[in-house]
Amino acid sequence: MIIDLPRFVTAERAYWDELHAVLAKMEAEPERRLALGEIERLHYLYERCSSDLSRLDTFATEPGLRAFLESLVSRAYSEIHETRAPVKIRWKNAVRAFPRAFRRHLGAFRLSVGVTLLGCAFGWFALHVDPRNKAILLPFSHLRMTPSERVAEEERAKADPLKGVKASFAAELMTHNTQVTVMALAMGVTFGAGTLMLLFYNGVILGAIATDYIAGGQGVFLAGWLLPHGSIEIPAILLGGTAGFVLAGALIGWGDRTPRVERLRAVSADLVAIVAGAAALLIWAAIVESFVSQYHQPVIPYGLKIAFGLCELAALSFYLGWVGRE
Amino acid sequence: MSEGRATSLVIETPEGVEFSYDLASPVTRALAWLVDAAAIMAITKGGGKLCEWLGKVNEDWATAIAVILYFVVSVGYGIVLEWRWHGQTLGKRVLGLRVVDAQGLRLQFSQVVLRNLLRVVDMLPIAYLVGGLACFFSRNCQRLGDLAAGTIVARVRSPQTPDLEQVAPAKYNSLLAYPHLAARLRSLASAESVSIAVRAVSRRDGYEPLARIELFRELAEYFQSLVEFPEAAREGLTGEQYVMSVLRVIYGGGRG
Repeated sequence: MIIDLPRFVTAERAYWDELHAVLAKMEAEPERRLALGEIERLHYLYERCSSDLSRLDTFATEPGLRAFLESLVSRAYSEIHETRAPVKIRWKNAVRAFPRAFRRHLGAFRLSVGVTLLGCAFGWFALHVDPRNKAILLPFSHLRMTPSERVAEEERAKADPLKGVKASFAAELMTHNTQVTVMALAMGVTFGAGTLMLLFYNGVILGAIATDYIAGGQGVFLAGWLLPHGSIEIPAILLGGTAGFVLAGALIGWGDRTPRVERLRAVSADLVAIVAGAAALLIWAAIVESFVSQYHQPVIPYGLKIAFGLCELAALSFYLGWVGRE
Repeated sequence: MSEGRATSLVIETPEGVEFSYDLASPVTRALAWLVDAAAIMAITKGGGKLCEWLGKVNEDWATAIAVILYFVVSVGYGIVLEWRWHGQTLGKRVLGLRVVDAQGLRLQFSQVVLRNLLRVVDMLPIAYLVGGLACFFSRNCQRLGDLAAGTIVARVRSPQTPDLEQVAPAKYNSLLAYPHLAARLRSLASAESVSIAVRAVSRRDGYEPLARIELFRELAEYFQSLVEFPEAAREGLTGEQYVMSVLRVIYGGGRG
């Protein structure tokens, strides 16, 4: 179709300018609800500009004009055809969104737990077969000595081992554990292989430590040391793994005929809710690890630490299992 | 490079209208990332100075704040800016890029968070090697974070209404004195050739003088080969003037 371009632009410019103004207002105030009349007008302007754009399709025109109309139509399209509500970050909603997202993906969480337990079993087996494997599995300075030696040293200590570095130690733990959790999610993009390896490795370390201390007769010390922060930290990392497996599931899409883009779109809000929730848990876990876990009997009795850890675990289970139920 | 790697992403609306996004190249994206990396470094450096000052009051807490600040800025920089600035960070603004939904819909907060969190994989093992390779081999130049979040990085187009006067000014046009030949030219000129002529006119001031003369001479010869106007209509017109007259004929501007 041949068109008189100057006349075409003169006739349509008012509609383009109006649509541009409407869109700018909508983009500046995404939460604003339009009145019926405004919606009808927006739809009319969108269709008119779409029609103008399609008229240009059959005609080689000045590239700037086509780009201008494409920009307008694409902006209007995204506003009109988007079915997801604009995000409203409200604490009440955020507190409920996390457990709801968790419950929607219980299968992935079970897989996370299963892989970690498998790693634990491997750690136990490796140490059981040859205790010298400890040096390979646990390359951490404070875990090199025997459990009995460490317990004796910790209980003998008169001075505060973390005096003057508690806050910075907590900050290091927070950032490190959050990085591990984010990595567990991000590795889901390797179709879950990276997440699986990361959780398995964590499980191996956990299993090896548990085997070492229980075999050394220091099970109570271990529980008192690990439970106060571990009852939150370990589930948080498992939740990161859960998010990774959910991402992997959406990428692979077993038996799901929905396009991959749609599958990913469907889980993206849940992934963010789970990882944000896990990061919040890790802030608490780091504070507890720095200010509570590193203090042993006689400063804090083991019974009290174990009870504290179990209470945290119960509270977390209640939160994830019941909060936000309809 | 993957076969058929696109330079633009075309989206067809349910109304049957197509619009497209010009995809940002890996090189442009890398440059935007360098600007962002510099901005992150400047922010953390500023924060570090503040923490040094706080360290005189309490060294432990100052170190803690510095550690958390670095983490929050490096992770949150992209998330906060891309969310608040509708898909742009400082680097993307400077380079004229924007993150958009790969289906043309509104960019969601969860998409912004996801694509930024997945940077940890894209950055492996060093200097965005994984992300760069994914970007290079994927059809729509998407790094892994973009693939998972369903986003693309597109070049920003100017929302200004175009200035038609530049290519089709309303001036006297000798070709329009022959309406039957003008109509024939309109029907024979291909979309591609007109587009090339428009681009040549738009950029004419940037050409070397000799190249400019040569280019417009060739374009004028091409249009003359389509429809031969009488000598009287072409008299005194340079190649460039002839091409501009042809465009005025095609766009309907000018007076006969």
